[in-house]
Amino acid sequence: MIRARDALLNPLIDENPVTLQVLGICSALAITNSLYSALVMSLALTSVLAYSNVVISMMRRHLPASVRIIVQMTVIASGVIIIDELLQAFAPETAKTLSVFVGLIITNCIVLGRAEAFAAHNRVGISFLDGIGNGMGYSLVLIAVAVIRELFGAGTLMGAEILPTVSNGGWFEPNAMLLLPPSAFFIIGFIIWGIRSWKPEQREQPDFAPLAADELRGD
Amino acid sequence: MDQLLAIFVRAIFVENLALAFFLGMCTFLAISRQVKTAIGLGAAVILVEGITVPVNNLIYTYLLREGALGWAGLGHLDFSYLGLISYIGVIAAIVQILEMALSRFFPALHQSLGIFLPLLTVNCAILGASLFMVQRDYDFVESAAYGVGVGVGWALALIVLAGLREKMKFSDIPAGLQGLGITFITAGIMSMAFMAMAGIEF
Repeated sequence: MIRARDALLNPLIDENPVTLQVLGICSALAITNSLYSALVMSLALTSVLAYSNVVISMMRRHLPASVRIIVQMTVIASGVIIIDELLQAFAPETAKTLSVFVGLIITNCIVLGRAEAFAAHNRVGISFLDGIGNGMGYSLVLIAVAVIRELFGAGTLMGAEILPTVSNGGWFEPNAMLLLPPSAFFIIGFIIWGIRSWKPEQREQPDFAPLAADELRGD
Repeated sequence: MDQLLAIFVRAIFVENLALAFFLGMCTFLAISRQVKTAIGLGAAVILVEGITVPVNNLIYTYLLREGALGWAGLGHLDFSYLGLISYIGVIAAIVQILEMALSRFFPALHQSLGIFLPLLTVNCAILGASLFMVQRDYDFVESAAYGVGVGVGWALALIVLAGLREKMKFSDIPAGLQGLGITFITAGIMSMAFMAMAGIEF
């Protein structure tokens, strides 16, 4: 029996979907150049994840294994369409900045991965918590990356000026590189490094270990 | 013709789906340990992109778009909100058909590509290409050029990354960066290199 607290809190650091399970990285990198779009994306993904986990968990006893994936995809796609339509109706500007990435929640591996790995075997309540927990783990990484990129790349947070830039008569020279795609790779790489230095059990083994000095002498 | 070439080259270098839009990252990071498997997956992606993008273009133009059903006398209908679910359905179906066709007619090719094909249904690079095609209003021929272009671009990035990772096996990497961490940083440096091509214009 999996405890509710574990289902909710483990995905935050210990089993973070982005940094440990390597899921859902596409959108984690693409829309993190402003905090606002990262927040909207986090909210969208968390709600799709909670919804799809609940629905798939309710259907788990009635679903034949052979058509499982395609039914799960349909459930997820319906959820994403609802979110997409809501965004276009109530926040058309945001919908434009997120462009295709809302639609790509369908193929976000976190959603299908949690449906397969968790919701297909567990009760509704706990699946809901698992969905929220994983959504929060994803959001945590997204928000951390977005804060770094927007604060140091443009000197603003949520569009409000925090570090006055030189062009506005302040002292901060923004690092425009942080707004470009490569920086997202670096920042996530460093976040992974940080987490793994803090929690050594998450480290991966190297393919080849360097030989110790006395082995090299070879006698 | 010039315009098609421009779409094709832009899709490979300037708007590389893997390095500029971060699409298909899960597969990109997971299956880039060896050049040989990377080439197999790359070929599968080119094939699937080259087919699904034009087919989704037909679906969008003749079934979903506002006024698209004019040929059936139903010009007042707008089904574009069904886009997402149709594209993913088309992609899943095409991948399935392709797998069956390959195993029937080209068993050798199926042997080498077979394991990657089912994976591609849930690869965001495939769905992403179709969504970009709709967003940019490509016509049928343009979408074919775009589909093949993004496929080639993605495959190129994957194979280059796999080559780098093969070399890196012997490097002395800090323990916490081992594996996933250093792969991200390598991909970031590659992405910078690809950005240098942003000036290519036709």
